[in-house]
Amino acid sequence: MSDMRFFVDPIRCIGCKACMQACSECDTHKGKSMIHLEYIERGASTQTAPMVCMHCDLPTCAAVCPADAIKRTEDGVVQSSQAPRCIGCSNCVNACPFGVPRYYPEIDQMLKCDMCYDRTSVGKKPMCASVCPSEALFYGTLEEFQSRRGGTPQNSFQFGEQTITTKVFLVLPDGEIGLDMDVISHMDARFEPDAFDHLDPFAHLEPLPMEQPQTLRGRL
Amino acid sequence: MANPPLSREEFLDTYGPTLHYSPPGGFRSVEDYDALVDTHCCFCGQQCGIRLKVKNNEVVGFEPRYEFPFNKGKLCPKGIKRYLQGSHPDRLLHPMRRTEHGYQQITWDEALSETVSKIQEIQAKYGKDSFAMLSGVSLTNEKSYLVGKFARLALQTANLDYNGRLCMVSAGAGNKKAYGIDRASNHWEDITDAKVIFIIGTNIAECFPITTDYIWRARDKGAKIIYADPRMVPMARTADLFLPLRIGSDSALLMSMLHVIIRDGLTDEAFIEAHTTGFGDVRAAVADATPEWAAEITGVPAAKIEQAARWYGEAETGMILHARGLEHQVKGVENVMSCANLALATGKIGKPGCGHSTITGQGNGQGGREHGHKCDQLPGNRDITNPEHRKYIAEVWGCSEDEIPGKGITAQEILNEIHAGKIKGLLSICFNPLISLPDANFNREALNKLEHYSVIDFFLSETAQHADIVLPGSLQEEDEGTTTSGEGRVIKINAPVTPPGEARRDWEILLDIAGRLGRGKYFQFSDTQEIFNELRLASRGGTADYSGITWEKVVNNQGVFWPCPQTTDEGLATMHAENLDDRHPGTPRLYEGGKFYHPDGKAHFNAVSWRESGEVVDDEYPIWFTTGRVVSQYLSGTQTRRIGPLVDQFPHPKLELHPRMAKELNIKTDDWVTIQTRRGEVIIQANVVNTIRPDTVFMAYHWGGKESANLLTQRALDPISKIPEFKVSACRVRLATPEEQVQGEHTKSLSARTEKNLPVGYNLAERRKELRR
Repeated sequence: MSDMRFFVDPIRCIGCKACMQACSECDTHKGKSMIHLEYIERGASTQTAPMVCMHCDLPTCAAVCPADAIKRTEDGVVQSSQAPRCIGCSNCVNACPFGVPRYYPEIDQMLKCDMCYDRTSVGKKPMCASVCPSEALFYGTLEEFQSRRGGTPQNSFQFGEQTITTKVFLVLPDGEIGLDMDVISHMDARFEPDAFDHLDPFAHLEPLPMEQPQTLRGRL
Repeated sequence: MANPPLSREEFLDTYGPTLHYSPPGGFRSVEDYDALVDTHCCFCGQQCGIRLKVKNNEVVGFEPRYEFPFNKGKLCPKGIKRYLQGSHPDRLLHPMRRTEHGYQQITWDEALSETVSKIQEIQAKYGKDSFAMLSGVSLTNEKSYLVGKFARLALQTANLDYNGRLCMVSAGAGNKKAYGIDRASNHWEDITDAKVIFIIGTNIAECFPITTDYIWRARDKGAKIIYADPRMVPMARTADLFLPLRIGSDSALLMSMLHVIIRDGLTDEAFIEAHTTGFGDVRAAVADATPEWAAEITGVPAAKIEQAARWYGEAETGMILHARGLEHQVKGVENVMSCANLALATGKIGKPGCGHSTITGQGNGQGGREHGHKCDQLPGNRDITNPEHRKYIAEVWGCSEDEIPGKGITAQEILNEIHAGKIKGLLSICFNPLISLPDANFNREALNKLEHYSVIDFFLSETAQHADIVLPGSLQEEDEGTTTSGEGRVIKINAPVTPPGEARRDWEILLDIAGRLGRGKYFQFSDTQEIFNELRLASRGGTADYSGITWEKVVNNQGVFWPCPQTTDEGLATMHAENLDDRHPGTPRLYEGGKFYHPDGKAHFNAVSWRESGEVVDDEYPIWFTTGRVVSQYLSGTQTRRIGPLVDQFPHPKLELHPRMAKELNIKTDDWVTIQTRRGEVIIQANVVNTIRPDTVFMAYHWGGKESANLLTQRALDPISKIPEFKVSACRVRLATPEEQVQGEHTKSLSARTEKNLPVGYNLAERRKELRR
C-alpha cells in the first residue's frame, strides 16, 4: 500500500477554486469538477474549505450501494461508481457523512473524486493537490508533511454514533486531536440570524469614523 | 469619427465575449497529445511555469511544470484554464476595416497601406506628435523594446506610453528615489526567511495566489504576518495582526509606524549612518505622527499601530510587500517611499529574509517598464532626457540623437489630449484603456474624436471596437521571447503553436509598418532572438542591465535575475551583440552589503508629509469607493471574460458593502443598487459582507460597458508617476429603482454569450475550421 497521503487544510484555503478548475481537466469526467469548495459563510468571513472525497476505510457510500457499484482499491482509493453497475439510486449521495458523491441525471450515474486514479496509480500527484497555490491540498508522505509545516493531521471522525477513519487527513490547528461532529446542531446554528455577529472584524469601528449611518440615509 | 459601428448587442453577437468551455477536439485521454511545451502563464506578474499540451498545432490542455522553481507546479484558476483562449471562436483571424455596418474583411496589404497613409496624412497635417501609440505589458521584453524603438524611429512620435502606467509605476518611481533602481529587492525565496511580513494594500490570495505559499512557508517557520487593508481579504483572515485602514490613509499609518520605531529606539543606527542619506528630514517629518494622530486618520486603533511598529522594528528579519492598493493613489509614490523609509530605518534590506517589494500585477509589468515603451524612458531603464543616455541609444540604433524624440506624455494624458483634439491619430497594441483607465465615459468620448485609430490585438476588445483598422496579432503562445517576473527573474516564453487564419506575430506587423513608413533600415530583424540581442546591447550599462543574459542561459538556469551586466573588456567595449559575454550569474538579491544604485552608492530617505487623496467623502458623496480584482479574472478581462469556467466562477461584478451600511440603506444581498460618483453611475447587485470597512464599498473592475467600475473612478494623477487614483473615490449608494433594475438585468444579459446560444450568422463551424490554421 502506498505511503502517499492526502491532506486537506482549510486554514490555508484562499477560496481560489484552482482545485476545482484543475479537477475538471481530468478526461474521465470531461469538464466537470469532482471536488467542491464550501463558503463557510461568505457574509461573515472569507473562510472557505475545499472538499474532496475522504476515501473512507469502510466507505458508507459503498456499504449502502444496492448494486455493488462502488469499489475501493487495494491502496485505499474509493472509486466513482462503475457505469455498468450504477442504477442511479442516489443512496450513496444520501449516505455519505461528508456530502461528497453526486448524482448526474444526464448520465444517470454517481460520480465523485477518485483521487485522480489515472495519475496517482502511476506515481503522479492528483491534479488538485498539484496546483493548489496555498497547499491547502497537499499530497505526499506523512513525514514530508510534518517536515514542512505544523498542524495536526487527523483521519478519525465521529459523526454521532459512527466512527469513520479515512485515507485523507484533515489538518487541524496544533494540539487539536479529534473531530467529534454533531452535524445537525452545527447546521442549525448556521441559520441563526446572529450566528456570525462575533466574527465582524470591523466591530471596533463604531460609530463609522467618517459618517454617521443616520446622516448617510438622510442624504441618499 | 471613430464611433463604434455596431450596437453593444451586435458586437456581442459577432465578436463576443463568447464563453468557451472545452479544448479543441473535446476532452481527450491524458496521453493524447503531440508535444508538451515548457512555457509560462500568460497572465499576472508571477509568470508561473506551465507545460502546454499541443495537438495538431492547437493548445489542448496543460500539465503542471514541477521543475520551475517559482511555482513548482502550482497554478491559480486562470493559469489552469488559460489554454482555452487558444482556438477561441472570437479570435480575430483577418485584417478588418470599419464600415458603417460593422467590420469588413480586407487584405493585409490594404490594412497596412491604409494605416500607413493615415499616419502620414495626420502627421503631415498636424505634426509628428499628433499621432500617438499605446502599448501593453502583456508583451514580451522583445516586443516592448521593439515598440519603444518603433514609436520613436518609425512613427517618430514622442507620445508613446504603456499600460504599465496603471500598474506599478508608483512603485518604480518610489524605488528609484529610495534605492536608485526599480525592481523588487529580493527573489521571492527570501520571503520564507522573514520573521515578520508586513503586507499592505494587496489582496495576495486573489491577485497573486502563488505568493501565498511563500508567506505561509515563512509562517510555518514562525513568522508573524501583519496585514493592512480596508477589506478582510482571504489572507488577512489568517494574519497575526489585521490593520483595517481607511482607503487613502496608508502614508499616515506608515509614518506613524516609523514614529514608534524611532521613539522606541528600534532603528538600526549603524546601517543608517553607513548606507543612507536624509534620515534627519524623515525623523523630523514623523515627529508628530503619533499612533493617536494616525488612528484618527486611518481608523485603526492606536494600540494596533504600536503593535505593528514594534513587531516590524524588533524582528531580526522582515519583509514589506505591497501592490496596487497603496500604489493606485495620487500619493502612490509617497506611500512607496514611506515603506522604503521603514525598511531603511530598521536596516531590513539587502539581507536574506529582509526586503521591500512590490507585487507585479501585469504579466510582464516588470520587464515591460525597463525597455523603453514608457514615455520618459529608453532601454535599460535609461532617461530619455539625459543627453548621455540618448547618445548611447542613438549609437545602438544607428541614428542621430536628434532623431530620437523627447519625453512624451503618459497614458491618461494621451487620452486627455485626444479628448482635447490635440492628438488626432492612435495606434495601440494589447491595451484596453476603455476598461482599464479611470472615468470611462470621458475616455469613450476621447476615442470617438480620433481621426484615425488602428489596433493590433487578438480579440476585439471594448477599445478595439472603436478602431478604423483592425490588425490581428498574436497570443502569447504563438510567439517566443522573454518576460521578467515580479521577482526580477527573466524567463523564456516558448511558442507551441503558430497564429491561426491570417493573424500574424505582433513584431512582424510592426516591422511591416516601419518598412512602409520608409524607416525599414532601423528594423532589420529576422527573428525575436535578434531583437533580444539588440535589447541586451541597448540595456548595457543602464540600471536594468540585461547584457549578460542570453536565451540559452535563461533556459538552462530556469531564469536569470537582472541586473546581469558585462564582465569582460570586450563585452564592455563592443557595439555588436555577438561579442557580449554571458558570464555574470545575475542578481537575485539587490543591495547586499549596503550597496545601492544612486551615484553616491547610498540609499536615500525621502521625507513624506500627510495629505489627503484627490477626492474625499463629503455631504453629497458620503461613502468611500474602492476597486480591485477577483481571482478568476485578469485586468480588463479581454482574455478571461471569454473563458467559460472562469466567468462562471464570478460572472458579474457585485458591490461589496458591510451589513451595518446595508441596514441603514435597506439593502440586502442580491438587491440591485445604484452607485454614483461625480463621473458616472453603475447599477449592479449587492453583496453584503462584514469583511469590508463599514464606511467603504468595493467593486471589481474587470468588466466593460455599464458594468465597468471605471465609470466611477477619477482621473486624478500622482504628480510623479502619473498613475491614476483608481483606489480612492467618493460615492453614494442607494437601492435601484424598478426602471434601473430592468436596465441592470439588460446589462447583465449583454455581458457574454455561451457557444450554444450564438446567433445563426456567427458561423461557428466555419470559424472553427479557420482556427485549425
